Amino acid sequence: MDDTTTAIAVPSEPTDDALSPAAHAHPDPAQYVRVAVALAAITAVEVTVYYLNLPAKLLVGVLVGLASIKFALVAAYFMHLKFDAHLLRRVFLTGIILACLVYPVALFTLKVLFH
Amino acid sequence: MTQAALALTASGIPGEHDYAVTGIDSRKLGMWAFLASECLFFGALISTYMLYRSRAPLGKSPHDLYDIPYTSVSSFVLLMSSLTMVLALAAIQRGDHARLRLWLLATAMLGMVFIGGQVYEFTVFTEKGLNLSHSVAGSSFFVLTGFHGAHVSVGILWLLSLVGFSLRDELPVERSLNVEIAGLYWHFVDVVWIVIFTVVYLIPSK
Repeated sequence: MDDTTTAIAVPSEPTDDALSPAAHAHPDPAQYVRVAVALAAITAVEVTVYYLNLPAKLLVGVLVGLASIKFALVAAYFMHLKFDAHLLRRVFLTGIILACLVYPVALFTLKVLFH
Repeated sequence: MTQAALALTASGIPGEHDYAVTGIDSRKLGMWAFLASECLFFGALISTYMLYRSRAPLGKSPHDLYDIPYTSVSSFVLLMSSLTMVLALAAIQRGDHARLRLWLLATAMLGMVFIGGQVYEFTVFTEKGLNLSHSVAGSSFFVLTGFHGAHVSVGILWLLSLVGFSLRDELPVERSLNVEIAGLYWHFVDVVWIVIFTVVYLIPSK
C-alpha cells in the first residue's frame, strides 16, 4: 500500500484543535456527588420559592434563573461539556439557541393572531 | 502496508477508530447533534403547552390538579439518577465492571420509580376528569409529559441492555464510549425535565 492510500484509509485521531485544554480530564466521583447535592439543594429552593407567594414576575425570574443553573450544572459536569471538545458545546448550544429563538417568536405570533 | 493501516485492519472492532474529520468520535458527535435536534422537538411541545395551558374549563386545568410536593420528589429522583449514571461511566473508565453494573441498575431503577410516579399522576388526573381529549390544555400537557416519559422508558431499556452486555463480558473498558453515549441521552432527558418541572409545574399559568 502506498502512502497516499494509507492517508485515506487511516482516520485522524482527535486533534488538539478540537479539544479544550482540559479535554477528557473528567471530574472525580466526589465532585459528581457535590454537583448532585447542589442540584438537590437548588430543587429544594425552587419548591420553597414556589410557596412564598412572590409577585408573578419575580417568581418567574427566580424560577427560570434557578432552572438555568441546574441545566448548566448537568450539562457542564454530568454531560462533560465543560471538559470535552468545544465543537460539542457549539452543536448543543445551536439547538438550545434555535429553540429559545424560534418558539418565543412563534408563541408571540400566535398570541397576536388569537387576540 | 504501513503499521498504522495494519493496526486499523487488525482492530476488528467496529467503530474503535471511528473518528470523523473533526477529530471527535462520529458516534459521540452524532449523539450531540441528535440531542440538539431534541431541543427543538421538546421546545415545540413546551411552547404548545404554554400557549394552551389556560384553555381548560374552570377547575379542570392541569395547574388546578398539580401536586407540587409529589412532583418535586419525582424530580429529585430523576436528578439523582443522573448522578448514578455518571458514576457508572466513571466505574467503567476505571475498569470496575461490578460497580458499572450496580450504578447502571440503580439508574434504571430510579428511572422506573420516576415512570411509576408519572403513571400514578396520569391516573389521578384522569380520575379527576383531565385526559388527553378533555381540552387543548389537557392534550398539550399529556403529549408533553407523555413524550418525556417515553424518552425515559427508552433510556431504561438502553441501560438494561448495557447491563446485559456487561454481564456477557461484551462491554470492556475500550468500549466505555457506549456507556458515555447512553449517559448523554439519559442526562438530556434529565435536563428536559428540569425545564418541564419549572415551566409546566412551578410557573403559574395566570
